[in-house]
Amino acid sequence: MSASLTLVVLMAIMYGAGVYVMLEKSLTRILIGFVLVGNATNLLIFMMSGRAGDAPIIDGGATGETTVDPVPQVLMLTAIVINFGVTAFILALIYRSWWLANLGDEGDDVTIDDEDAIDAEEAEVYHASLDEDDEAVRAQLAAAGDDSDDDGGDRR
Amino acid sequence: MIFALLTFVGLSVLTPALTRVLGARVSYVVALLPAAVFVYTALQSGTVLGGGVIAETVPWIPQLGIAFSFRMDTLAWLLALVVTGVGSLVMVYCARYFSDDEPSLGRFAALLLAFAGTMFGLVTADDIYIMFMFWEITSVLSYLLIGHYTERKESRGAALQALLVTTFGGLAMLVGVVLLSVAGGSTSISHLVANPPEGAVVTVSVLLILVGAFSKSALVPFHFWLPAAMAAPTPVSAYLHAAAMVKAGIYLVARLAPGFADTPGWMPVVVIVGVATMILGAWRSLRQNDLKLLLAYGTVSQLGFLIVVVGFGSRDAALAGAALLLSHALFKATLFLVVGIIDHDEGTRDLRALTGLGRRRPVLLLTALVAVASMSGIPPLLGYVAKEGVFSAFIEAGTAGDAWGWLALAGTVIGSALTVAYSARFVWGAFARKPELEAGTAAVAAADAPPTADHGSHASRGILAAPIILSLATVALGLLATPLGHALESYADTVAGEGDYHLALWHGLEPALGLSAAAIAIGLGLFAVRRRFARLQRALPPVVDAARSYWAIVHGVDRVAARVTVFAQRGGLPQYLTTILLVFVLCLGVASAMNRTWPEQFVAWDYPAQVFVAAAMAVAAVMAARATHRLAAVLLAGATGFGLVVLFAFHGAPDLALTQALVETVTIVVFVLVLRRLPLKIAQHNKPVRRWRRALIGAAVGVTMGLVGLIALGARQAGGLGPELARLAVEEGHGKNVVNVMLVDIRAWDTMNELSVLVVVATGVASLLFVTGRNVTVPRLRDSRTRRRSSERAQLVTDPHTLDEAPDARQHTWLLGGRTLAPETRSLMIEVLVRLLFHPAILVSIYLLFAGHNLPGGGFAGGLLAGLALIARYLAGGRYELGETLPIGPGILLGGGLLVATGTALGSLFFGGDILTSAYFEGDLPLVGHVSFGTSTIFDIGVYLVVIGVVLDVLRSLGGEVDRQEAEAADGDGEGASGSDDGSRGDESTDTGAGADAATAASGTGAEGVRA
Repeated sequence: MSASLTLVVLMAIMYGAGVYVMLEKSLTRILIGFVLVGNATNLLIFMMSGRAGDAPIIDGGATGETTVDPVPQVLMLTAIVINFGVTAFILALIYRSWWLANLGDEGDDVTIDDEDAIDAEEAEVYHASLDEDDEAVRAQLAAAGDDSDDDGGDRR
Repeated sequence: MIFALLTFVGLSVLTPALTRVLGARVSYVVALLPAAVFVYTALQSGTVLGGGVIAETVPWIPQLGIAFSFRMDTLAWLLALVVTGVGSLVMVYCARYFSDDEPSLGRFAALLLAFAGTMFGLVTADDIYIMFMFWEITSVLSYLLIGHYTERKESRGAALQALLVTTFGGLAMLVGVVLLSVAGGSTSISHLVANPPEGAVVTVSVLLILVGAFSKSALVPFHFWLPAAMAAPTPVSAYLHAAAMVKAGIYLVARLAPGFADTPGWMPVVVIVGVATMILGAWRSLRQNDLKLLLAYGTVSQLGFLIVVVGFGSRDAALAGAALLLSHALFKATLFLVVGIIDHDEGTRDLRALTGLGRRRPVLLLTALVAVASMSGIPPLLGYVAKEGVFSAFIEAGTAGDAWGWLALAGTVIGSALTVAYSARFVWGAFARKPELEAGTAAVAAADAPPTADHGSHASRGILAAPIILSLATVALGLLATPLGHALESYADTVAGEGDYHLALWHGLEPALGLSAAAIAIGLGLFAVRRRFARLQRALPPVVDAARSYWAIVHGVDRVAARVTVFAQRGGLPQYLTTILLVFVLCLGVASAMNRTWPEQFVAWDYPAQVFVAAAMAVAAVMAARATHRLAAVLLAGATGFGLVVLFAFHGAPDLALTQALVETVTIVVFVLVLRRLPLKIAQHNKPVRRWRRALIGAAVGVTMGLVGLIALGARQAGGLGPELARLAVEEGHGKNVVNVMLVDIRAWDTMNELSVLVVVATGVASLLFVTGRNVTVPRLRDSRTRRRSSERAQLVTDPHTLDEAPDARQHTWLLGGRTLAPETRSLMIEVLVRLLFHPAILVSIYLLFAGHNLPGGGFAGGLLAGLALIARYLAGGRYELGETLPIGPGILLGGGLLVATGTALGSLFFGGDILTSAYFEGDLPLVGHVSFGTSTIFDIGVYLVVIGVVLDVLRSLGGEVDRQEAEAADGDGEGASGSDDGSRGDESTDTGAGADAATAASGTGAEGVRA
């Protein structure tokens, strides 16, 4: 199957631009990136229907050689509408986080805890409670164990 | 058997409720069930011991040959009697052991009952996967039961330890089970044992299963979990860790031994591990001062003993093993229950603190003595009979030239001697008078009191019933050794090989008798010199400390997990995305590099205009990525979307072009609705250095996707489904627009699921905005204060702006909601246009809906157009206008649409078709001509309604609700401070102070400011 280089290059540019903005901190930018990547993905699916041709609407009872493949179109049609739904959802998220923070720009940011990043030692604290349980088992067994005479004399 | 298992499930579920009514007495009730199953099993004795089996099968996964198949032969019969008999006695014991106010008693009773049922299922299951399922359930139940005292650290730690160790073994076993069932071509254990497969795979699988069995039965090196598990309540220890769960490993080895004992590696592993466990357990047991831990290590030791015997694989050993298993269950459960009574009544189970108990509690002493004697192998008890059989079997094997026989014999004799020693120490520690403890203590008086006046209360007498019954069974079965032996021989005879040993109390002066006597003598000797022996034990360094290795491993895993987590998740979305994208680029990049199917031919463009459109889109995309102004970025991103419309239109995709155009318009409006509240400029927080990194990742992803696109185009060899789909569309779907027919008919199942996605998304948007719950009431004009207050209306009329434009606002107005807007944000032109265009737009949308079957259009496009019409009404007239236009909630549209779509889908079921089968009605109507109406059109109406619902929901949330919150915030600033009544009813208020004016002006969209 032949390919139209123009569409391939356009798709690549839209992906690149979309990913570039998506990696920013601002939620609005992330959403812009999402829209661009979404359009690029639609384009990718669309390219699979091959060269431009006639619409897949049957006129006179049969389809000709130049009629394009309807399958990618069907896949995309619902994708377009769902894309809109998800965009609206992210917008609601943006608004909500802004509303909660109500502090202008700060509410629009996702958190990056570069400076407050938990390090490995702190993360281990999360497991410490498990360790405490283990320690308790060990201590209990040790306490009930030996190292003292049968008659109760404590020589330790 | 299956009925019994179902009853277990049912009663376990009911037990917590019963406990609320009955308190601790619930144990009596639940004990009835295992007792009943015990009786049932006993009634099968005739069939089973005559060599027959009772089998039940219900197919489960026939494709894999897995069935709920249960089979009771002699071994299963024996184990079933043990687990149900001991189980019901332990439950009776529980009724006295716990008081009514014991926390979580209902849970405990339910779990214990469920455990009894699971064990019954485990020993009777014939399908190896079903057996494994029960096996794992016992691990989980054991975890819950050991952790009964959830507030105690040692309890939780021990429970987790037992769970980790046994599930580790279980995982190994699962691999073994799969390998074995595949190699043997059957999932039936009885079939596999009768026709054992051979080969390296089988060897590996059997060894893996042994790992599972060893971990369950607490053998070296997995033994450490069992002593730790003594943190559980004593009934649990008596049942799970003496009679039932730890016996599962023994059972499995006994089950497999007839077929697999000659597998390479079996004998060394079983004998060495068994002997090592027996000696290690007994050795450690001698050093314990806690009676329960003494018994726990004793149990470890006995389990090692049992494994050697049942795994030995000779007929005589199998017979002795079965008897030993029974005797161990009886005496060890008794001893645990006795320790529980001591702990309960004396408040301690430390043998350094107990003294003179034997004189005060003679019945308890006698019960314990019988059990201990059986454990030590003293005639005429069952333990003695079994041990005689074991020694005889090993001697028989040894003289026949089997070196393992001698090793096993030596090991078990040494182990037995140590067993006698710790048994004696148990009796001495629990019951003996220790003068050094009694001297000068107040306890003396109590100790010297006559037995009738002891502080064994009524409760603690009743509690004795269970251990006494178990002890009586030990005595009786010892005396009935010969008939018992005959009964068990039908299992032993399944083991290949010679052997004609029979269980009996007296075999004459045999070497085995001599060994038994020697073991007892040495054991008592060791007890006599216990202090010196203890000193010797202390002097020797510990040989095996598996517990320490376990702790090291668990701690190590925790550390690694923490480090990996911290490395991979540094706490920011951009980092996560970077990681995901880099992995994506690497994986697809490698795959692309290895690709060999590039497109045969390239063309630069399909048609010249494509280049211009694409160039514009590319520029828009790059500028959208670089824009710092929020709205500019949105509009530029929207431009790429409108570019797609052109590409679609030129490419033979009118449906896509139509839908994309409508969606893009709605998207931009919604964007603007939200962003009007946010600051104009996007804050730039990123450090400049990061920009290059982002650009690099973006470029990498773009190039990768370009390659993927090219490869996908090249990979496509076969022609499209176009012609076939066209035929289907016309003949089956009665439509000429293939895309639409596919959506509502050929591929309607997907469309239906996508509709539910839309409903979920719309609900999500609404719930983010209407945080306190979706407003069921639609904002109507009558709620607006403008309408309610006559003074306001009068004011409106006299308002100079309104006067100029609409002299009588009440009577003649283009949009009703327009009156609620601030005069400076109203536009008569827009109101007129919207009023004039709204109804035609709705008509066109309905036309699109119905024309879609044959022409571009359909439910999606129609719904979006109707949504756009609503958006226009909202923009021109505000949120009250929206309510007046469509006075029903979006939930009704969403739900109704989904109902229509799914109803159509299900409707075909009632006419005998599959889901979503379409039906068509054709006929000639006057004026209209030939008409074909199908159920797929009804389905499309569902799509139409859902899409309108989504747009309306988004509009109400991001439009109307944002307006309301904005007004509320402004109210809070303007009037809240004055504390007036109006301020508190801010949600209805359309009055705004100066703050609202400022906010409205700043919002920049101008259409939705609210003010009267």
